[in-house]
Amino acid sequence: MELFNLFIKSIFIENMIFAYFLGMCSYLAVSKTVKTSFGLGVAVVFVQIITVPVNFLLNKYVLSEGSLSWISPEYAGVDLSFLSFIIFIATIAAMVQLVEMIVEKYAPALYSQLGIFLPLIAVNCAILGGSLFMQERGYETLAEASVFGLGSGIGWMLAIVGLASIREKMKYSNVPAPLRGLGITFIVTGLMGIAFMSFMGIQL
Amino acid sequence: MKALRKLLDNIKPHVQKGGKYEMFHSTFDAFETLLFVPNHTTKNGAHVRDAMDLKRTMAVVVLALMPAFFFGMYNVGYQHFLSLGQAASATFGEMMLEGLIKVLPIVIVSYMTGLGIEFIFAQIRKHEVNEGFLVSGFLIPLVLPVDIPLWMVVVATTFAVIIGKEVFGGTGMNIWNPALVARAFLFFAYPSKMSGDTIWISGLTEKAVDGFSGATPLAAAASGNISQFSMLDSFLGFIPGSIGETSTLAILIGAFILIYTGIGSWKIMFSTFAGGFLMAWVFNMVGANASMQVPALHHLCLGGFAFGAVFMATDPVSGARTETGKWIYGFLIGVFSILIRVFNPAYPEGVMLAILLMNTFAPLIDHFVVQSNINRRLKRATVKA
Repeated sequence: MELFNLFIKSIFIENMIFAYFLGMCSYLAVSKTVKTSFGLGVAVVFVQIITVPVNFLLNKYVLSEGSLSWISPEYAGVDLSFLSFIIFIATIAAMVQLVEMIVEKYAPALYSQLGIFLPLIAVNCAILGGSLFMQERGYETLAEASVFGLGSGIGWMLAIVGLASIREKMKYSNVPAPLRGLGITFIVTGLMGIAFMSFMGIQL
Repeated sequence: MKALRKLLDNIKPHVQKGGKYEMFHSTFDAFETLLFVPNHTTKNGAHVRDAMDLKRTMAVVVLALMPAFFFGMYNVGYQHFLSLGQAASATFGEMMLEGLIKVLPIVIVSYMTGLGIEFIFAQIRKHEVNEGFLVSGFLIPLVLPVDIPLWMVVVATTFAVIIGKEVFGGTGMNIWNPALVARAFLFFAYPSKMSGDTIWISGLTEKAVDGFSGATPLAAAASGNISQFSMLDSFLGFIPGSIGETSTLAILIGAFILIYTGIGSWKIMFSTFAGGFLMAWVFNMVGANASMQVPALHHLCLGGFAFGAVFMATDPVSGARTETGKWIYGFLIGVFSILIRVFNPAYPEGVMLAILLMNTFAPLIDHFVVQSNINRRLKRATVKA
């Protein structure tokens, strides 16, 4: 039950896009068609679901204070948490490389559509944000970290697919010329944020 | 009538292309359309001859809103005298008058602001003034509390018309329902003026009456006091709340008009009520707190549920457009409304936000319905695509 609450919370209440505005660059840039954005969303979910648990293990057994004591008791005083940024990013970069190779092999069409944004997942703030939130909020178990990774990835995917479908529908709109493109997308994101505010303050 | 026609005909040459006051073309056009049936015809492409144009559609919706509007005025007066303890002695006329004095300024301000902006945009962007705002401008006052300061109505309407509608190109092109955008904007920008116990009854903000709580039934339900509002009162509408949303009966009359004329989708209305009922019923089974214990049917009569389901969710522009999509869309609105009501202590009124949320995802629902349709037909096709 606890895990289910965390899952729902990380999708809706603490949505990466609408609550923290993380990962905005690819969110705005790759949301022109539902198909592409769905592909990117799946890639983000995939990366999240691997990196957050891996980083959780790294954090628990390597980085945080006293975590090296499983090697020998004399390392109990070692605190490597100042390395967490660089370790997390390295893990993420490796994972993204893996995803890129898989996508290139099995879905070349998607690969060419995603273009530069696939390698850029490595510096997607939502991904690093996921790992850092995991560290900061002190999730206790591997299960919690995995569920949080999955939930935050799905939340991000929901946001980008929703935006893409709105942008597809907006092809029929007569947006004033100065606002076309990014301008109206920012406004749409803001209004989507208002809609998502209905979940703010729900205690689970 | 004839004199009016003649006057318009006299002005017409001046405002048409090449005339002296060409820039006022759309303003003139709007007035002419409002006063007479215009004799415009489509200049190219396919012709559809139908008496049901945009103007008539909007007029029918406004007509369907009338029962809720008049009952709302009466209820404003009734609640006012009830709070003063004079409900028994005040006459029907006095109550209507009190309601009229309170409600009419809000309606006028909403229309003036919205139409003013529409006219300005029509002039600058050289499109015609559309009738769309006739409905939005009427919906906005009906979802507001009666004691709202008029300047807030102006701010909200401005925001809704510009950000909610005109940036997308005007009537028929928006993604979110402008009236809901106005309401949500006020709700998040001025929370202290949009919730609480005193704003729902006229006169309570200035002068508190001893021993009288003006809490809405939903706020009362959250604290376990729902029994002071009987089922019958909630259905007929003798409860505090936003101006037009209290009477489920009056809204149902409007719903019949909308369904009979084919303007509102009965699928959306039905599935919204079904979703709400189901969710409330599930919560009844759980019954963990006071909000969950409110009977399912009672839930549907409280707050803006009926109003949202009938007038807001069925907006053909911002709602789902595919037939299967309408069922999903409506059902999720119902489910989310009750979810937000029960789980979110900050927002006892979940309906408006639930509809706004589903407006966001309506294009996505449509997309998947269309896609699954395409896939199904591809499978059936003998020639491989």
